[in-house]
Amino acid sequence: MDSIFFMVLRRMRAPLLTLILVYAVAITGLVLIPGLDAGGAPGHMSFFHAFYFVSYMSTTIGFGEIPGEFSDAQRIWVVLCIYATVVAWLYSIGSLIGLLQDKALRRAMEERRFERRVRTINDDFYLICGYGQTGSGLVRALTERGQRAVVLDNNPDRIDLLKLENLREFVPALRADVRRPDNLLLAGLRSPRCAGVLALTSNNEVNLRVALAAKLMHPSAKVVCRSDSHDIEANMASFGTDHIYDPFDIFALYFATALQAPCLTLLNDWLGELRGSGLPEPIAPPATGLWIICGYGRFGKALYAHLADQDIEIIVIEARPDRTGKPRGTLIEGRGTEAVTLEQADIHRAVGLIAGTDNDANNLSIVMTALALNPDLFTVVRENELINAELFDAVGADILMHPSSIVAHRIRMLLGTPLLAEFTNYARYEDDAWACELVSRIAGLTQDRAPEIWEVRIDVEDAFALKLMRHEGIVPTLGDLLRDPRRRDATLPAIALMRRRDNGRTLLPAADERLRDGDRLLFCGTMSARSRMCWTLQNVHALGYVLFGSSPREGPVWDWIMRLWGTRGSSEVEDR
Amino acid sequence: MNPEKVVFGFFILLALTLNVGFVVGEIDNPAHHHIWELGAVFVVNAVATVLKLGDRTQIGAILLATSLVAMLQLIVAVGVWTIVVHTTAEGMTPGAMASIVSLAAGAVVANIVSVVLLIIETVMLRR
Repeated sequence: MDSIFFMVLRRMRAPLLTLILVYAVAITGLVLIPGLDAGGAPGHMSFFHAFYFVSYMSTTIGFGEIPGEFSDAQRIWVVLCIYATVVAWLYSIGSLIGLLQDKALRRAMEERRFERRVRTINDDFYLICGYGQTGSGLVRALTERGQRAVVLDNNPDRIDLLKLENLREFVPALRADVRRPDNLLLAGLRSPRCAGVLALTSNNEVNLRVALAAKLMHPSAKVVCRSDSHDIEANMASFGTDHIYDPFDIFALYFATALQAPCLTLLNDWLGELRGSGLPEPIAPPATGLWIICGYGRFGKALYAHLADQDIEIIVIEARPDRTGKPRGTLIEGRGTEAVTLEQADIHRAVGLIAGTDNDANNLSIVMTALALNPDLFTVVRENELINAELFDAVGADILMHPSSIVAHRIRMLLGTPLLAEFTNYARYEDDAWACELVSRIAGLTQDRAPEIWEVRIDVEDAFALKLMRHEGIVPTLGDLLRDPRRRDATLPAIALMRRRDNGRTLLPAADERLRDGDRLLFCGTMSARSRMCWTLQNVHALGYVLFGSSPREGPVWDWIMRLWGTRGSSEVEDR
Repeated sequence: MNPEKVVFGFFILLALTLNVGFVVGEIDNPAHHHIWELGAVFVVNAVATVLKLGDRTQIGAILLATSLVAMLQLIVAVGVWTIVVHTTAEGMTPGAMASIVSLAAGAVVANIVSVVLLIIETVMLRR
């Protein structure tokens, strides 16, 4: 990159030399040629006057002859000089300006600026490769939480788009080919601040390369990849990529869970919502009856595998089974956009339909035709491009499946609240009644807003007051944390979802369990519950009140007064 | 033989010789220091500076630095000359001449360093 600057300097030589030489010759000539001075007496121009004249000559011809009238000899010379200097000026200035506009130079300056901005980030940051639908959603979510991000994308339009976004944190971005490791290095891959690398381009090969480079050059960074090919996933997993997200598998699993355990699905949906958004409606896809899957591509296959596991009757409609392969069960050839094909697939008997081709127009058409034939159908539609969002909203399908947002949602959860990601993984092994009870508890807490999710780690940083109490041998329980620091007999509107201790996890830990150093707790509840809990955790007086109903007295004067007061004082505190 | 190196060495050496030529003489005697010589020194130094642009070696960087120092000294010297002759009533005085020559003498030092570096580079190349 530095070589660009030297190249530019080197290329500046010729224009500058031309300018110097032309000036030197012109000035020398003017000084040598005899003329008349300002008073009319014969004499020579001085160097200063000559320089002055030459300087303005080329730019403002016609300004006049200064300081005095020229002799004809001088005029002949000046005519030559005018042509020489004008040409030299045009050439030199033109090429200097051209150099500044040189693509390579501008690129070099852009890279240097980007590198400097990345270097000055003094928080942990995530390196995001690919600013598509997944990447942009994720950058927004990360910056909302005050986390830093660095973006690389091959498409200059997307980088411009990022610059227009109104994000809370500054996000350095560069148009660069992420397949080249030097670009990743430029974006701070080796920096100790780089907490993770997210390969989110729509190209599996590119994601694979990024993951590989990240694992080689910064083994301790978390590498998260998007991929929708099983081959590539296996390849990524082979060298230790930390998390691989396949939108189709994720959705298929989600859908299969929704069939079996609607409460659990609702629980996951609620906990995964963005802060402050409304609670999504519960969905209940019918678990018995005939399902029709249109499109047997990657999406269709993933769904087929999960549904077949549950012994659900399935009919697949696929236009090109020779290319996609055939399912074990019934297959009907056709696109599914026409009534004929759908009727062949027993649309009148079916309970559900999944429009899962990779063509948005076809998917919309399938859903519209199917609903016209059988208005009671439960419909799932795959949305490939976000620009069609309005159309998909209008078609009125029961579940909208959007690959990019699914991946973005998962990664957001993983990076923002890693415990929640763990919680959802382990909650899957609980039965649905457990989830139903939890859902109704959460609904009771937060009314119709999405619950706030937060993590607490019992250490000096997160729980300073607890640490101070620990010195006095007092070990609070989880229930103490859930008390209101303003009225200790009231309970905060919050639920402890999970406790992580050493390597073990406890879902919904009991309130009377004592807290230990290094415990990590996951809570959900209201925003105010969160801030009050922080108060208890950090403020030793609040914690004292929560534990004993009185704050410990501090300061000798107050201590003395309270002792004079005797029992009366302390009983008053108790009464409060 | 590299013709670029010939031109390069020529201008660096010429800058030094002209510079010394201008400085030699009684320091405050205007008769010993001619305006033409100063002009030539100035132009040749400017050319030498431009020739040093874009050399990415360490020695190249130092060479450019010495030239920039010489240019700075000479620009001030030329400036002083212009101001003294054209804007003061008494014209060139021995005092003004002394300061011009001493500034140019400073440029001589920078030019000597430049030539020494050039020789060092050449010797290292030979080994």
